[in-house]
Amino acid sequence: MKSLVRVASGQGFWGDWLEAPRRQVEGGEIDYLMLDYLAEVTMSILQKQKERDPRMGYARDFVGAIESVLPALVERGVKVIANAGGVNPRACADALLALTDARGVRGKLVLGVVTGDDLLPHLDELLAAGHGLSNMDTGEPLSVVRDRVLSANAYIGSEPIVEALARGANVVITGRSTDTALTMAPLRHEFGWGAHDWDKLAAGIIAGHIIECGAQASGGNCLKDWETVPDLWNVGYPIIDARPDGTFEVCKHPGTGGRIDVPTVTEQLVYEMGDPHAYITPDVVADFTSIHLEESGTNRVRVFGITGKPATDKLKVSIAYRACFKAVGTLVYVWPDALAKAQAADAVLRRRLDMLGLTFDTIVTEYVGVNATHGPLAGDRHDAPEVQLRVGVRGPDRAMVERFTRELIPMVLNGPPSVTGFAAGRPKVEEIVAYWPALVDKGVVQPKVEVLR
Amino acid sequence: MKVRLLDLAHARSGDKGDTANVGVIALRPEWYPLLTRELTVERVRAHFRGVISGDVERFELPNLRAINFLLHGALDGGGTLSLKTDAQGKVFSTAMLRMVLDIAADEVKALSLPVAS
Repeated sequence: MKSLVRVASGQGFWGDWLEAPRRQVEGGEIDYLMLDYLAEVTMSILQKQKERDPRMGYARDFVGAIESVLPALVERGVKVIANAGGVNPRACADALLALTDARGVRGKLVLGVVTGDDLLPHLDELLAAGHGLSNMDTGEPLSVVRDRVLSANAYIGSEPIVEALARGANVVITGRSTDTALTMAPLRHEFGWGAHDWDKLAAGIIAGHIIECGAQASGGNCLKDWETVPDLWNVGYPIIDARPDGTFEVCKHPGTGGRIDVPTVTEQLVYEMGDPHAYITPDVVADFTSIHLEESGTNRVRVFGITGKPATDKLKVSIAYRACFKAVGTLVYVWPDALAKAQAADAVLRRRLDMLGLTFDTIVTEYVGVNATHGPLAGDRHDAPEVQLRVGVRGPDRAMVERFTRELIPMVLNGPPSVTGFAAGRPKVEEIVAYWPALVDKGVVQPKVEVLR
Repeated sequence: MKVRLLDLAHARSGDKGDTANVGVIALRPEWYPLLTRELTVERVRAHFRGVISGDVERFELPNLRAINFLLHGALDGGGTLSLKTDAQGKVFSTAMLRMVLDIAADEVKALSLPVAS
């Protein structure tokens, strides 16, 4: 058994820095490259793409990422674990096999493809068998939106990834695995942690939580002393140096920018936190109040003392459904009295929407530069050089939302003065695909692992 | 004496559906007990009145010298539904740090708290 395993984060979301994966494999020795591509809304976008083209539905950035790290994979044995498969892990694998053909390294990549998280084909079966899939937040039964469901995926844990690694995969592609399992699974595989080693599994999950958002743990988006975080242009993404006993250190490659200390790691630990006593995953319930941090070197934080409790018998299910339509538009009002003009414009616009009989579920007006993000907490309203009026509407009737987009821009000539910033033209109407969180019994989800060469 | 929370703590926020979480972290370990005393659910609820529509939950993490707050009904439905600029609650962190605390002069002195000018 190895005494040290290094897992490097190379992507914190679909849209993250394209340079990061290559920099992680070239900056020093690592064992695993972990790439997290999936957010709650990503699955529904991928499902729409797959409907248009059955060869799509995965994170296409991933193919470029693998191409950029191919020498390290082939020559140095670095392994990759990614949830880039989205709603079509098999198509993602096919794209990688095509890449290996094109680059003359066919057979050098052993792909582990994890499926079984996709519940869409079984949805009616599940409902008929009494699995309500009610909304965890509102309690409503899924039947309310059943005919508008686009995708339904169970969050699956580390086990199928561990199986893929045990069967010799050096690139593991999953669909809706939990973000944290992508880091915990290789530790479990290398150190032989059992399915009931709750404290160690929890440590692996917390290591995953720390690096799943990429550089957000190594000085990116860090509030404390932000102005002194060095060389963010050259930021080093975080790496976990893990030990068999469940302790680990967070660090980054030498010569990179950013910062890893107790404050940067703590900020990432509290990100998107719910009840810290019970961070629920398919593998274990981790206790964030057990985490201890100490600086063990420059840009190096030791994490220890973590405890966990047995996993629950449920899995979370992420369901996406067509909800309604929205459009958001902006205009910029300029000194003098920029805010007063923007407020007058909002009043004119709302009166016109009213006059036309347009109704919406919501209209949201914000004044960017004044109170868009902090609302009434923003305090004094000085005479700003410019204020961006930002108005959004949402409703079930696409035509009404469309008509709203034609009401905003005329304001440039027929509303309050000193207005600009309309070059982008009418706002676009977007269909909202909303997210429906639910729980399902673990037993009904059967993850599958295929190994392809 | 007036003390800005911004000078006592740093913070990060994120989203879960229509709920924003704000983790408030003491800048110095010796300031953590004061934060746990001052940052009550009632205080935070009053601070965010008119900003959030739901209730506030509070969890202490003494191991990290942090307090985690859940602000329900903060994000106009959250996720893709939200029409807000900050649909994912990314800057509720600094909205929290706008809070100003009233601290007795001897405690300000004993804990070397930075006083708002």
